[in-house]
Amino acid sequence: MNMAEGEWDIITGNHAAALAAKLARVGVVAAYPITPQTTVVEYLASFVESGYMNAEYIRVESEHSAMAAVIGAAAAGARTFTATSSQGLLYMAEVLHWAAGSRTPVGMAVINRSVGPPWNIHVDHQDTMSQRDTGWLQLYVSSNQEVLDTIIMMYKVAEHPEVMLPFMVCLDAFVLSHTFMPVNVPKQEEVDDFLPPYRPRHWMLDPSDPISFGNLVFPDDEYQEMRWSIDLSMRRALEVIEEVAEEFSEKFGRYHGGAIMKYRISDADYVILTSATLASEAEVAVDMMRDEGLSIGLLKLRSFRPFPHHSIRENLQGKKGVIVIDRSISFSSGGPIGTEVRSSLYDVSGAPAVVNYITGLGGRDITYNDVIAMSKDAISRISTGRLRKPYYWHKLKQDYQRIELAEEVVS
Amino acid sequence: MELEVLILIPVSKPRRGATGETGLWRVERPIIDEGKCIKCWICWLYCPEEVISEGQSGFPVIDLSFCKGCGVCANVCPAKAIKMVRE
Repeated sequence: MNMAEGEWDIITGNHAAALAAKLARVGVVAAYPITPQTTVVEYLASFVESGYMNAEYIRVESEHSAMAAVIGAAAAGARTFTATSSQGLLYMAEVLHWAAGSRTPVGMAVINRSVGPPWNIHVDHQDTMSQRDTGWLQLYVSSNQEVLDTIIMMYKVAEHPEVMLPFMVCLDAFVLSHTFMPVNVPKQEEVDDFLPPYRPRHWMLDPSDPISFGNLVFPDDEYQEMRWSIDLSMRRALEVIEEVAEEFSEKFGRYHGGAIMKYRISDADYVILTSATLASEAEVAVDMMRDEGLSIGLLKLRSFRPFPHHSIRENLQGKKGVIVIDRSISFSSGGPIGTEVRSSLYDVSGAPAVVNYITGLGGRDITYNDVIAMSKDAISRISTGRLRKPYYWHKLKQDYQRIELAEEVVS
Repeated sequence: MELEVLILIPVSKPRRGATGETGLWRVERPIIDEGKCIKCWICWLYCPEEVISEGQSGFPVIDLSFCKGCGVCANVCPAKAIKMVRE
């Protein structure tokens, strides 16, 4: 049990996520406990059981039901939370669309675990990347402090009257979820002062005034407009994320970035663009390469949905090259981040070359040394014009890397 | 630039016939013979569409705007008072 509010504590990412839900005064938690679920929901169960957290804890029979339960609770006016991972998220997939479509600001921690087969449960981003078009806000974080702070911030973003969309805060399996780190746990009063209680303004389930939601609409009705409205709110959320991050930093003295976080990029010729804990490795790599005299910086992508096209264009225009490192793959197309960054930059004059790497799948360890290797490979490709492929694999086992290389030479 | 954001929500007030009159789907229509009807209301109990109610005469009446003609009422009637007739 954590009672260290207002103090430093040494806790896991899962513990930080559960504490964030408690501090946000979540009223309803619904969760399914089987693997690939993590200890987030165990912490929450013990918080509720001990009376430390005042919430309704609904034990459901599947992730599909967990999501349905929190949508119902959010529709009835509660602040809600759940957590899942890999196959569990995929089992929720249908209902994820319902959460966004019904404009319920449900909150969720997703521990990024690779998708089977084969079973693995170590980190990669295939699970959440595959759910990018569900209408959920998606943020990727790099530390346990950022897990806690981002979940609290995202309730404020999601419940903004012009946003009203569910959010997932994505944290890397084991690297954050099960690793102990120092975390400054805010006091309940401080969080209360930052995050007011949830008051639905658009619609609410009320037995005395029955309405139904998700009813049938025909092609001439507002179906297309409802999708447009989600898109509009998503774009508006980009600004709200920045506003909320500023306000959070004023109140709590911590700033993790808005949709992006910049590190030593203003004078850099080359920029590494990546997300989650790979961005922490990249920060070290940038410092080391700077010491060698390389002009390089880092743009950490925090928000994948909404996608910050404008910031990416603004910060990368005029650079020589961008090294995008993805921890998931859209087979035969490239990394989800890489393809979108390239699409973002395509019609910018003086757009940098984009070199996209796929690596770290199934938890393969990717350290700052790998980031340096990829950066140097990219810089060498850019300066010699060897940009034959839309994306490259990094750190395949030797025999497999040889096949990949042979294909590059032939192509 | 500030966007003007409209939140469109898929909620609706339930109302009669909101998505059309399902009676149009019917192939066979139930006809009640009041001479045989014993007012046991088993048809009312079984009707999956809840379209059977008590008429002014005290006998069951069927709302043909929404009766889909499934024939459950005719099948369960112990007095064989309901006949299905082709539309």
